[in-house]
Amino acid sequence: MAEEKKVAAYICQGCGIGERLDTANLAKVAQKEGRVNLVREHAILCNAEGVKMIRDDIANEGVTHVAVVACSRRAKTEAFNFPEVALARGNIREGVIWVRPDTDEARETTQEMADDYVRMVCAELKAMKLPAGNPDAGHSRTLLVVGGGVSGMTSALAASQAGYSVVLVEKTGQLGGWAANLHKRMPSHEPFKDPQDTGVSEMVQAIAAAPDIKVYLNATVAQTSGAPGRFKVSIATESGATTEEDIGAIVQATGFNLYDASKLSDLGVGSSANVVDQAGLEKLAKAAAAANEPIRRPSDGAPVKNVVFVQCAGQRDASGTHLPYCSGHCCNTSIKQAMYFKDANPEIDTTVIFTDLRTPGNGEDFYRSAQRKEVTFTKGRVSRVEATGNTCKVNFHDLILDDQNASIADVDLVVLATGQVPNSGVNIDLPAEEGAEEEGKKVVSILNLSYRQGKDLPQLKWGFTDSHFICFPYETRRTGIYACGPVRRPMDIVQAMEDATGATMKAIQAIENAALGRAAHPRAGDLSFPRVRIEGCTQCKRCTVECPFGAIDEDEKRYPVFNEGRCRRCGTCMGACPVRVISFENYSVDTVGLQIKAVDVPDEFSEKPRILLLACENDAYPALDMAALNRIQSSAFVRAIPVRCLGSVNTIWVTDALNSGYDGVMLMGCKHGDDYQCHFVKGSELANYRMSKIDDTLKQLGLEPERVATYEVAITDIERVPQLINDYAAKIEEIGLSPMKGF
Amino acid sequence: MSDLNAQAVAKYRTNFLKEVEERVEEGEWVKMCMQCGVCSGSCPLGPFWAHPPQEIFMMIRAGRRDEVLTSDSMWMCTSCYNCIVRCPRKLPITHIMHGLANYAHRLGLAPKNQPTRVFATMFWNNLIKTGRVNELKLSLGLYFKDGFKQGIQNALNMQKTGLGLMKAKRLNPFELFSGHGCKDRKGIAAMLKKAREIEASRKHFAN
Repeated sequence: MAEEKKVAAYICQGCGIGERLDTANLAKVAQKEGRVNLVREHAILCNAEGVKMIRDDIANEGVTHVAVVACSRRAKTEAFNFPEVALARGNIREGVIWVRPDTDEARETTQEMADDYVRMVCAELKAMKLPAGNPDAGHSRTLLVVGGGVSGMTSALAASQAGYSVVLVEKTGQLGGWAANLHKRMPSHEPFKDPQDTGVSEMVQAIAAAPDIKVYLNATVAQTSGAPGRFKVSIATESGATTEEDIGAIVQATGFNLYDASKLSDLGVGSSANVVDQAGLEKLAKAAAAANEPIRRPSDGAPVKNVVFVQCAGQRDASGTHLPYCSGHCCNTSIKQAMYFKDANPEIDTTVIFTDLRTPGNGEDFYRSAQRKEVTFTKGRVSRVEATGNTCKVNFHDLILDDQNASIADVDLVVLATGQVPNSGVNIDLPAEEGAEEEGKKVVSILNLSYRQGKDLPQLKWGFTDSHFICFPYETRRTGIYACGPVRRPMDIVQAMEDATGATMKAIQAIENAALGRAAHPRAGDLSFPRVRIEGCTQCKRCTVECPFGAIDEDEKRYPVFNEGRCRRCGTCMGACPVRVISFENYSVDTVGLQIKAVDVPDEFSEKPRILLLACENDAYPALDMAALNRIQSSAFVRAIPVRCLGSVNTIWVTDALNSGYDGVMLMGCKHGDDYQCHFVKGSELANYRMSKIDDTLKQLGLEPERVATYEVAITDIERVPQLINDYAAKIEEIGLSPMKGF
Repeated sequence: MSDLNAQAVAKYRTNFLKEVEERVEEGEWVKMCMQCGVCSGSCPLGPFWAHPPQEIFMMIRAGRRDEVLTSDSMWMCTSCYNCIVRCPRKLPITHIMHGLANYAHRLGLAPKNQPTRVFATMFWNNLIKTGRVNELKLSLGLYFKDGFKQGIQNALNMQKTGLGLMKAKRLNPFELFSGHGCKDRKGIAAMLKKAREIEASRKHFAN
């Protein structure tokens, strides 16, 4: 900005701050040490009058940088909303007076704490700029939907109804996916008693009627490049030609394949033609319905009189041979399929052998309806299916009667409930050769991303494409690309439709945010973006490798190329950069580094240690705020700085802190590992890894390893967080003050 | 094998569930059991049964006809109604147990000396004679069910109670000889006959 920087600090006296602290002294610190141009105190800064005072200064005094020294940055965000200036918050309410006792002996250290926070906010503000938004924003408002099954069609229709144009790519020659092969589907409305029509043809008609949905059949995605708002997608059609489309956001609804039943030879697959999977029965039922005939067994075409459904076939397998998970829909599907027989002829024996019957949603009513129709439900575990001529014998362990040798003979048809295997493309986490060739089958990439980190979406667990089932559904680790339906987790049609709608809404948000140059979830609306001082870059590639969202590519000279639109603004690249050339306008190595240096570190004889606390703003910092709200006291020697993610912590902050005489550094981030809670997926894990390497640095400085400690904190750890602080403060007292003071 | 039993076997063959549905009191509920086991867990006598209700229902579905009908499990039910109260599927489990016991008795498959069965039979026979239970005859019958010697022993053991009841005019020794019944014995007999006919037609006993 060409105009002159003018920094103003506003010190609030409300919420007891004025009674507990010497605010005149805080103002003096801001003026003398913080060297701000303007300082004002106010009795209640967040009221209309206080806010007006700040606004007037911005308008009349040309204030460009505002330091609000009051409550936590998470409080009163609506009052202190000045988008036209750079804003920093000094936290002397939750950070100071609410965690300190109101006693005479505590007064001095409490005041010192507040003084430090004033110094820190002034230092931070000086290194900050008003974020200007991503200049490389794309403005395409078209949604690409990959996959023309129920999920994909739902997504396309939802986007179209919301006023966005859609490009729908389907690899086969017709829309409908698995659902098009079903005879009927489970009921989706009251009274949940009978199978209902799939509704696929109505959806296909609706898509054909929508003017803004462009459908590519027999087509695949040949390449996807760019970023949200400005994806360039080449679509390869049957003729071999490719068409390029400008896309704003992508919904991947590529669904599933059934688990390979040929692996289930114990259950009679291969030895009898009368053993089929659920898709096989749908085919038989559809053919029978078309010919208006009863369902016939495949071996000799005799009408089926006795059918057994085997649940969890090749699923929920603890031995590791088959799928370890439950596919969720199969109990209801078997109930539906048993009704195909019972509704046609009540004399047909239908037995469902299950270990745990799970009928989510309104499936319970459907289950009851099947029981009324005299479908037999037997709790047991099928051990073997023997083929004898045109019938089978199903041997099972009856779990209620504990009969190992239970069996059902003369079974005409055995239906195996095999599970859903996600169709998620290449597993980019496997080495290249393995990823391409999985168990003899060539795995074909779906999105063909031209991203440095790989062609497809990263997988979470068991091949499903997701980044966190619970915390951020639909969010993948590629910004602007959302997964829905059974490719995300196993599910049935009702759930897939709900899923597709959710993912579409997310995709629309991504399109809108991208057009405004803003970040998507979880820092939705953030205008800052990473800037790199490329002349300082050493091409070490750490940022390109470690970015959890694949936002950074490499150019021919192996310099990083930032795709701001793909960036989630976590700062993991900034934490990774060994030469510190990556920064955000309002969050950088300097904004935190200068805060660390601004703290007044007393000499070693004062018996006042200083502990730096770098707290993740997503979980740890809110937990600190809530602890303060509950007035849980913690050490006066801690200076807390919120960070966007522990992944953004650059080790220079830790070494700087220790060099300038801090006695310890605490890092609080989210849980990492398989069931991680990190909002940026890999940030806390990377931070943990980086900190495990800091021992060498500590040794060089002649310091104990305990001087740096990393903690996993959840947002609910309201009592634990102050306890951790106090325990750490006690430990620092035990090992003694740092010898680095005063250098 | 009783005629009724032979006829049932011929009619239903392996489909015992259907037999239960058609012939056992409240039997049409058996298919609605979802095998949660709450009935078995709630039964105060559960640990003493060979087969708690959950298993009985499973055995019916698995077609284990003889095992179910010769079992003494359902005779153990004391009608506390815990299972009915707790069944999430609202099955009238107590009634089904009594229905099964009654059906097994009908077919002559119920265990011979099962005490509940013996007492229930005595009670019923006593009752339908006059339309009114003769308590003296019923209790004496019970004393002597295991033989004459044991009967004398039982009577002597209960002597004090018996004399006490007589003193309080709650027991009349002359009831032993004639006893008094209902006014319209023939009417009661006719009523019972009609009830049996209705039951037989409803439960398909005839065909």
